[in-house]
Amino acid sequence: MTDSMNLAFITSEIFLLVAICVIMIVDLYQRDKERMLTFALTQITLLVLFIIDFNQLSQERVIAFSGHWVNDHLSGILKLSIYAISFIALFYARPFISHRNLMRGEYYMLTLFSILGMMVMVSANSFLTVYLGLELLSLSLYALVALQRDSKLASESAVKYFVMGGLASGFLLYGISLIYGASGSLIITEVANHYQETPFGLIGKFGLVFIVIGLAFKFGAVPFHMWLPDIYHGSPSSITAFIASVPKVAAFGMTVRLLVEAFGQSVSEWSTMLLIVALLSVAFGNVIAVSQSNLKRLLAYSAIAHIGYFLLGIVPGTAASYSAAMYYIIVYALMTLAGFGIVIFMSSENHEYQKITDLRGLGRYHPWYGLMFSIVMVSLAGIPPFIGFWPKLEIFRHLVINGYVLEAVIAIAFSVVGLFYYLKVIKEMFFAESADSPAITSSRSLKIAVSVNCILLVIFGLMPDNIYQYCLQAFQIAG
Amino acid sequence: MSFQVIVFYSFAAWLIFAALMVISSKNSVKAALFLVLTFASASAIWLLLEAEFLAISLIVVYVGAVMVLLLFVVMMLDVDYAALRQGFVKKLPIAIVIAAAFFAVLYSFITSGEFSAENYAAPAAKAADYSNIKALGRVLYTEYFIAFEIAAVILLVAIVAAISLSFRGRRNRKAQVVSKQLEANKRNRLKILKVDPVESAQPEVAEQEEAKS
Repeated sequence: MTDSMNLAFITSEIFLLVAICVIMIVDLYQRDKERMLTFALTQITLLVLFIIDFNQLSQERVIAFSGHWVNDHLSGILKLSIYAISFIALFYARPFISHRNLMRGEYYMLTLFSILGMMVMVSANSFLTVYLGLELLSLSLYALVALQRDSKLASESAVKYFVMGGLASGFLLYGISLIYGASGSLIITEVANHYQETPFGLIGKFGLVFIVIGLAFKFGAVPFHMWLPDIYHGSPSSITAFIASVPKVAAFGMTVRLLVEAFGQSVSEWSTMLLIVALLSVAFGNVIAVSQSNLKRLLAYSAIAHIGYFLLGIVPGTAASYSAAMYYIIVYALMTLAGFGIVIFMSSENHEYQKITDLRGLGRYHPWYGLMFSIVMVSLAGIPPFIGFWPKLEIFRHLVINGYVLEAVIAIAFSVVGLFYYLKVIKEMFFAESADSPAITSSRSLKIAVSVNCILLVIFGLMPDNIYQYCLQAFQIAG
Repeated sequence: MSFQVIVFYSFAAWLIFAALMVISSKNSVKAALFLVLTFASASAIWLLLEAEFLAISLIVVYVGAVMVLLLFVVMMLDVDYAALRQGFVKKLPIAIVIAAAFFAVLYSFITSGEFSAENYAAPAAKAADYSNIKALGRVLYTEYFIAFEIAAVILLVAIVAAISLSFRGRRNRKAQVVSKQLEANKRNRLKILKVDPVESAQPEVAEQEEAKS
């Protein structure tokens, strides 16, 4: 079904934009230092968005606005997970920013703007819309990272993020322009039709290389990963938690739109490139993470490794493997949010706990939180019955089914390496000698948010179908 | 050789020369000015392509606004350009190899590949009264409606981000407030007190004064 100018297809986007403008004005007249009203309005906006999109979930695939926009199951489910994860991330953010110099209305507004950008990314049906959504997301994220103006580290990482993001966008745009020249259209379905009729020429390959490089840059996959640890380390922890989790889900949507939908006829052209990038990421990420002593950097390198596993899910090029990759990325976003939640949780008013050794004695003096953080680490390592295990299993299963046996073995071997550094954190919490207990000064809402997030990891781990059935639906596979 | 071909080649030559000078000139202000020249020649080539509106907006936006800002930045910042150039000679061979390979690929596209002259017929010239702006405006608000709106939101983000990064709250400067100055009058400012003449406590001083006079 094609319908051109029907604003009903972008209801949630319009609602979000209006809500942002309203929150902007309301925030202007707020005297409250804690910005409770802004926070509440932001969270209510996310809830309403969740309800709107949940009700539209069963709709059929619609292409609108002269082919630039698509509403389908994939976009609906990705949007829902974006709202849900951002919702938790904002609960983490509030106590963290309230006693740093960050409690400003702009924090919430830029977060909402980046969510709008992600919504555009996942339901874009043309290269132009994908790019604009990506820029909307990236610009808000650059500003969020730079928001802590007095911190040298944050400013440095903001500039780094900006330059690297600009470079990646440049690669992506160059590739898009070549594809546009070869196929004569920016609209993804038309590009796919073009390559169904005509063979994949040299220009198409050349453009595709640049698109894959741009995507790998944005994901932070090896060999385009250099920026990622610095930025995760340099940004304020609550912003790192946001950057590390939610945009990955949107980037999955972008990857599906750019590679799978536009070049679905020629999977073999890009799957080899992705395979190399993915295996390198799995290897480098896991090995370098072993030598990290800073928790944020450790999580950053583990992010690189996880991106590698996720890309391995896209490599086989079947609908079932895409849904496994989607499952992986949503679960990963949830887990990494909990991981940076630990860093936020341990930070006190004027001190940021970042070293792994800072966690010493947590297990003995605060066994509940020790248990929670162990769940996160074990889950990230991918041990059953926690949730990190199931998507990994699915991805390896699809690799083996499609004949990538050696690759699967390599990836599993490196995930054993990964186990080492995740367990090292647990060892520090429970078995390292420590004289005094680490002080926990975080507020009650943060305690609840961390506990809820970690318990979710267990519940979803025990009932893995809960998320997976939606991922299967997104790619039209009966769940 | 027709006039158009001569115009094209001369502006193309200018463009390549200027672009080379941008990266090779030692003086950063000169490099920025050469960039202006690059834009100007590019816009002349666009004029040849009958894209008048784009040519003019390139001049107005890039030459007029962006480059002036860039020049300000270049002149204000004290960047050690000699340090930036370190390793230029060492990396030059790799750079040349990559550039040559890139050139070879692009050249193959336009000579024998999908972009070659056989695949793309020369477009027919538009009528003299053909309006670029009309055509652009028509697709901008219909076909590219959603992209246009998203671009507007991006500008909004830019505004919010710029303000949040640079605004540091209201500062109390020692500025003159004209209305307050005009409001001031004798009654509010001046207080006249009747002071009793004080009898001198130090007679010696008084005597000296008398002696002086």
